[in-house]
Amino acid sequence: MKIPLCRGSKDLLPEEMAKFRRIEAVFRTICLSSGYDEIRTPTLEYLHLFTAAGTLTPNMLNRVYSFLDWDGWSGERVVLRPEGTIPAARLYVDNFQNQGIMKFFYVENTFIFEATGQEDRERWQCGAELLGSNWPEADGELILLALDVLEQLGIGPKEIKLSHAGIVRALLEAAGFKAEEQVKAWDEILDGNLKVLNKIQSQISPLLQLKGTTPAFVDNLKALLTKAAPNTEPDLDHLATIANLLTKRECPYEITVAPDRGFEYYTGVIFSLFVGGQRVGGGGRYDNLIPLIGGGNIPASGFALYMDHLTELLPTEGWSSPFRQRVLLKGSPGVGLQLSFQLASQLRQAGYLAQLDLGYVSPPPHRWLVTVEARDGTAYFRLADALSDQAFQATDSAEVLRILEGSS
Amino acid sequence: MLKLALPKGRLQSATAAWLACLGMELGEYNENSRSYRPQVNHPYLQVKVFQERDIPIQLAVGNYDLGICGLEWVEELLSKYPNSPLVKLRELDYGQHHLYAATSEWGPPLDKIRERGVRIVSEYANLAEAWALSQRLPRFQIYPVWGAAEVYPPENADVAIMAATSEEQLKTQGLLPLTHILNAKATLVANKSSMESKNLGRLLAPFNQGPRLQVEETPLSIPPPEPLEVEDDELVRLALPNGHQQGPTAQFLSHIGLEIKGYAEHHPRPTPPGLKIKVIRPQDMPLQVANGHFDLAITGQDWLWDYLCCFPSSPVRDVLTLGFGKVRVVAVVVEDLPVKTGDDIRALIQRGEISHLRVASEYVHIADKYARDNHLAPYKLIPTWGASEAFLPEDADLLIENTQTGATLAQHRLKIVDILLESSACVIVNTNPPSREREAKIDQLVEQMEKAIKSFGAH
Repeated sequence: MKIPLCRGSKDLLPEEMAKFRRIEAVFRTICLSSGYDEIRTPTLEYLHLFTAAGTLTPNMLNRVYSFLDWDGWSGERVVLRPEGTIPAARLYVDNFQNQGIMKFFYVENTFIFEATGQEDRERWQCGAELLGSNWPEADGELILLALDVLEQLGIGPKEIKLSHAGIVRALLEAAGFKAEEQVKAWDEILDGNLKVLNKIQSQISPLLQLKGTTPAFVDNLKALLTKAAPNTEPDLDHLATIANLLTKRECPYEITVAPDRGFEYYTGVIFSLFVGGQRVGGGGRYDNLIPLIGGGNIPASGFALYMDHLTELLPTEGWSSPFRQRVLLKGSPGVGLQLSFQLASQLRQAGYLAQLDLGYVSPPPHRWLVTVEARDGTAYFRLADALSDQAFQATDSAEVLRILEGSS
Repeated sequence: MLKLALPKGRLQSATAAWLACLGMELGEYNENSRSYRPQVNHPYLQVKVFQERDIPIQLAVGNYDLGICGLEWVEELLSKYPNSPLVKLRELDYGQHHLYAATSEWGPPLDKIRERGVRIVSEYANLAEAWALSQRLPRFQIYPVWGAAEVYPPENADVAIMAATSEEQLKTQGLLPLTHILNAKATLVANKSSMESKNLGRLLAPFNQGPRLQVEETPLSIPPPEPLEVEDDELVRLALPNGHQQGPTAQFLSHIGLEIKGYAEHHPRPTPPGLKIKVIRPQDMPLQVANGHFDLAITGQDWLWDYLCCFPSSPVRDVLTLGFGKVRVVAVVVEDLPVKTGDDIRALIQRGEISHLRVASEYVHIADKYARDNHLAPYKLIPTWGASEAFLPEDADLLIENTQTGATLAQHRLKIVDILLESSACVIVNTNPPSREREAKIDQLVEQMEKAIKSFGAH
């Protein structure tokens, strides 16, 4: 019998869960060692947190899971968290305003409706946010952090696509788009529809097809654009700083004028991380978001790595178990079984993976098999090492531990 | 067998006339008929009559192949459930009106209230949400209503999403159009899988060849405008019910010396001193009172209970049972189903004789709670907007419905298996009154009503 799952949702089986935890562990360790603190925001938020212009594009907003809560009689809708950055910004405004730079990270699920049901509607992500700094190096730190995670997980080869929201918007303005049209065109670009850029005529349009791979490309853009759109100069400098950081890191990147998708709240650098053509993460600078939700003039940027994609790409080899050795304990009925509980507990404290055989049809993989018996008030432990094919005997748990220690 | 769903109400007479022109004579499909299964002169065709907004849902779940309803109800469903398997085949030449987002000419402009939150009232809750999102409102509340959306602005809502024949009609009602949302005519709609796999040709052909003709229509009427009175904090704001409860309510109020002139026209004028009165649907009152839009409302305990099943912590309570408008809320099945109690239904499910119990009701939240509490899982809820008894047996297995005498149920060959609630008209108030002065006035009015019940035995 197959009990159906909700469309677009999935189970994570032990093997996938092990990969999930591996990714999470590497991400957490790197974030913590870089001075980022872990946060977790609630799954339910008020819908209005995401509806103002400058938060989510209408296309995304139309796919959120919104509904009335049990106490939703006031007509206010709630939503299953559709992304991680806006709730993190809310958390910052609520708890850490005027405290200077804050660095956060989180591992959270997000919910977005996807019409075919073939793709996940619940998605997990590892996100990091750096709030309170407008330095280009802050964006650089985030990108390098994401690269560190991928490197340590052995996922590659990596490629980065870089662009800048300010440059696109300045070009739209220079092309004569009115404020409202700019927002609409920007939303379309972020949703992956680049046709709108065809309307940007004149000498700028050839630039839209180019993909720069060195900081020199930014210099070229600067030479060409600063006259047509003088506001773009600081944005291009910002982009150049990041390009230089990536060049030093020897990470291949591609700079384009128009971004490869993104969130409406992005105001500065936008980056996407690719592995083998698959988008595995993305981020950007969002200097207007915190002002928009009432938190004052606080610049910020962040990124998220998509755990579902990383789980698929994670190599199965090359990561070690946190346990010393696997031990299977088989106690004879009655006292033997009771003794095996005690021994298992001692083994676990000593760092072993100790499993009790409570009637396995086919025993799980293990190096050691320890059979526990009690005769005439005395315990007997027989140890079999599957690796060396040797057998040992012991009469107390300390001796068992010594034999295990001696073999490792 | 081809299955066709036809609308009750606004589009009924025009649809009947139109089908007659196509050679499809339907017996007992008119506004006076109580039958939901009109006789039809084609042996391959089965026809059932529904409230308009039920039709897209019935088509989407696959109970019917084709249906006719206003485009607005199709869009209302698609707006929240874009994957619904519906095909809009053809707009018909009648039943045209427009859906607008409108605000009162006496209310504040939208730009001034964007930040504090925009209160939106509508029969079309999904379209209302889509409109709010399209306007990028940083804060908004949606009050779904069963009808009479136009009476809420400006005091009880900032924007109404509502139908009107034209902008001019809105303006004569004191409403200003903000957005034209939809041009909606009667529309022929099909279930997608029926279109893909079933031969509907015999039914579709006449529609396609049908002459473009003008049929006589019932015009959409919106009651005359209600000029804004100066907001007076001293006034007690009272909501009175329209529909079935209107007559007994008017009679009862006359016992306490409140002759409400103009109640029948939904515009009490002049209002008795000290009161500000609006006439709205009893279903909508608990939500309105909870939100502090009215101090006092006369509604049914059934609707209060349904509301509290959905929002148990909501600040609204029943302070006075009035004794008239008595109904029982009952669980109903078809006569020949071999069950006598709610437990028997569960047994049927456990034995696998019903796979997914389909529960239809106007009282969606009562029905949900009933199915939950009685472990009737797995079940599906089918919300209805009236004419619910027509759903059994083809389109639902269990009905949660109100009844006075049980005669209508018997007429439709249905039987009661459980009584959920004995309901009467009642007075509801907000548990957090706005001010002490007003609370005293509310209490005084309730006291007056209580005395009247005792002395006149209002039953």
